[in-house]
Amino acid sequence: MSTTVVNTGTEGKAWGGGNQPLNASYGKMMMWFFIVSDALTFSGFLAAYGFSRFKFIDAWPIADEVFTHVPFLHGQELPMIYVAFMTFVLIMSSVTMVLAVDAGHHLNKSKVTIYMFLTIIGGLIFVGSQAWEWATFIKGDYGAIQTKGGNILQFVDTDGRRVALRDFVVAGEHERVQQEQKNGIWFVSEGTLPTYTVEEVIHGLEAHDNILIRTQTLTEHGHKTVLSREESLKQIKLNGKAVVEGANLHVNEYGSPLFADFFFFITGFHGFHVFSGVVINIIIFFNVILGTYERRKNYEMVEKVGLYWHFVDLVWVFVFTFFYLV
Amino acid sequence: MSAHADTHAHDDDHGHHHKETFVTKYIFSQDHKMIAKQYLITGTIMGVIGVLMSMMFRMQIAWPEQPNVLFEALLGKWAPDGVMDADIYLALVTIHGTIMVFFVLTAGLSGTFSNLLIPLQIGARDMASGFLNMVSYWLFFLSSVIMILSLFLEAGPAAAGWTIYPPLSALPMAQGGSGMGMTMWLVSMAIFIASSLLGSLNYIVTVINLRTKGMSMTRLPLTIWAFFVTAVIGVISFPVLLSAALLLIMDRSFGTSFFLSDIFIQGEVLHYQGGSPVLFEHLFWFLGHPEVYIVLLPALGITSEVIATNSRKPIFGYRAMIASILAIAFLSTIVWGHHMFISGMNPFLGSVFTFTTLLIAIPSAVKAFNYITTLWKGNLQMNPAMLFSIGLVSTFITGGLTGIILGDSALDINVHDTYFVVAHFHLVMGISALYGMFAGIYHWFPKMFGRMLNKNLGYVHFWVTAVCAYGVFFPMHFIGMAGLPRRYYTNSNFPLFDDLANVNVVITIFALIGGVFQIVFLYNFFSSIFYGKKAEQNPWKSNTLEWTTPVKHIHGNWPGEIPHVHRWAYDYSKPGHDNDFVPQNIPLMDGEEELQH
Repeated sequence: MSTTVVNTGTEGKAWGGGNQPLNASYGKMMMWFFIVSDALTFSGFLAAYGFSRFKFIDAWPIADEVFTHVPFLHGQELPMIYVAFMTFVLIMSSVTMVLAVDAGHHLNKSKVTIYMFLTIIGGLIFVGSQAWEWATFIKGDYGAIQTKGGNILQFVDTDGRRVALRDFVVAGEHERVQQEQKNGIWFVSEGTLPTYTVEEVIHGLEAHDNILIRTQTLTEHGHKTVLSREESLKQIKLNGKAVVEGANLHVNEYGSPLFADFFFFITGFHGFHVFSGVVINIIIFFNVILGTYERRKNYEMVEKVGLYWHFVDLVWVFVFTFFYLV
Repeated sequence: MSAHADTHAHDDDHGHHHKETFVTKYIFSQDHKMIAKQYLITGTIMGVIGVLMSMMFRMQIAWPEQPNVLFEALLGKWAPDGVMDADIYLALVTIHGTIMVFFVLTAGLSGTFSNLLIPLQIGARDMASGFLNMVSYWLFFLSSVIMILSLFLEAGPAAAGWTIYPPLSALPMAQGGSGMGMTMWLVSMAIFIASSLLGSLNYIVTVINLRTKGMSMTRLPLTIWAFFVTAVIGVISFPVLLSAALLLIMDRSFGTSFFLSDIFIQGEVLHYQGGSPVLFEHLFWFLGHPEVYIVLLPALGITSEVIATNSRKPIFGYRAMIASILAIAFLSTIVWGHHMFISGMNPFLGSVFTFTTLLIAIPSAVKAFNYITTLWKGNLQMNPAMLFSIGLVSTFITGGLTGIILGDSALDINVHDTYFVVAHFHLVMGISALYGMFAGIYHWFPKMFGRMLNKNLGYVHFWVTAVCAYGVFFPMHFIGMAGLPRRYYTNSNFPLFDDLANVNVVITIFALIGGVFQIVFLYNFFSSIFYGKKAEQNPWKSNTLEWTTPVKHIHGNWPGEIPHVHRWAYDYSKPGHDNDFVPQNIPLMDGEEELQH
């Protein structure tokens, strides 16, 4: 033990208790550490996503081809437009949240009310948009064939434009019916029966000379590989296993099912956070209206939910970057 | 006082002691001292269950396939005619690991001593949020109940090992325990993580915000530093286990393929494609390794306090101790890959993880040497708490040395998944942390219950436990190096291991004696709560603030003002004072100068 001494004698510089050294109330600090913890949960998910994506780096779906839809503009390919709108709304809701917190510092009840309200509206628009995005993704648009190896074969015309199954396949009489529990036969649970069978797709492909198959493998230029006409027919006859329309947790017409798994899980988990944030914001909103914080002369609760709200927005920036942009 | 005077944890509101009912005092209590006791009792019960399980599977491994009346009585259909089933062996090993690691040594240890000591030693009326503290305990209780209930499932509890690697954990049809048992395991752990998060948030902000006047960070007792850093590691690592658990639940119940790929089971092709079980291992061990330090650091903190007090000497290298706690905490988050050397991870990555892992030896050695130099030439008071603390230093060194072997990928590959590993981690985190917990119980029992534990029973408890613990785990090094794999329910099919059967019998005999002798402790513990000798104000002549509170607990801890702190916690045998200890709340004398620690 070192025995050098310092001349404290006086307690002048001693620690005085209270909120030092970080100068934040315990509640705010708890929120910060909760955010640290939650951030690591999201990091776990995003790291898992990165891990899986790099495993299939040469066959990962191209986000620009997946998220092309905008409400009320059917049939147009507008990649990233709608998600950009969603992101904008969410970030603007962060701005209104900052304004609400600032108004809280000035104990301006009416302004806090207005800005909290706008924040809630922003959150609701975002959650609603996400629901729409999910519905569109689940529904799919072009349809594809899944091979025995689990890969996806999509259809393009000779100019490389995507062709939907409905444009060249004719649905025949279906003999097979959807198997259900009540039929009393042993079966492995199956997804919804697709509109077409593999044979019908093969017939359709044979009947249309200008349609080619595109595999999910990326070329060195970052495009999907397009097969020749002979190769296309050979592939589908040899390996075609099932018709896939849209995406769910088992199959994905855009490529690897893992893409859909992670998309649903991570955006779902984030959406759950946004939804919780909206609910908490509504509770705080009513407390503001009832004057709880006015009486307390302290709008710190608004600041605390604000911290959470900004965190949720920040997470979206990462989710948006990793799922849509890169 | 600052702007948030609406809290209850401050000087000026200990006046309103409303009448407490039985329910608010003993069950839904928000008082940190009561919550600490609740954690301790729950942890003890879980510990008894965990130890009983280990005694059962040790009997199986020593005398495989032999009828045993105990098995027949306790396991029922899992032991037809008293012969233990392979499935239940795996389940016992799994639940033993889970219970001991999470329920006893995480919640039981941190939950008890962080709750008891943080407010008392930093000079606070209670935790920052008594309500969240209560919720934290009851979530822990709920998760314990779910874990125990899973033992009574018809298909058995989870049996994929405490590390629950997929696919055993991800496919509900993989084995008996993979179905409902695994689901309950995951639900229980998810609740446990929520409980741990709420607890940790409280510990962290309480240490940062609610210290009394004069209690600067460099005057904190090392116990508090250890609990504080433990809570930070918990906040950082448990959420990643939550990520893994949620993805696993998706795989199990909703058919996603995060951890599964191309699987055939019972002749049937499953639809899973693309996932990777190694991904799960990464996520799991990102928690799993810090978890080792979540278990160990509180025990090391308790040891620092107990050794300094009972050596009647200042702790050696106070700042080095803090620095090594911080270094261990940081390094613990970048070494997880050393659990995965044979998982198919890139060998280059393996060498990186070897490097970071071996770095941990440095702060660990700093701690070990500081303990020894604190003991050196001290006026040693050999009470049971001190014995257990010295025992911790011993097992920490023994287990730590094999850690260097296992941390090196080239050496680890040879003994991976053998009893060598079992010996290593039981000594370095299991026994060490358990000794730390016992040391804490012997040392702070008077503070918790106002009575003393019986010293002589404590001596018996320590010496039998110490001999048995080494008797169990030391031979495991040798059978491990001979190649005996862990988690096999019998080795009788391998003539190669026939010669090791006797060693296993010896180990089991030690385990049974050691296990049964814990009754001495339990008897001592429960009888002393009611009939023990009444405790004095400061039985160990200790410096820390908790001994300035009344022996009989009151809400708010101090009847009057919270004492102010004027010195660090380790002014033992300071020249110029009448006593060999100077509590932290004693102002400096005229001309006295604070040690530059």
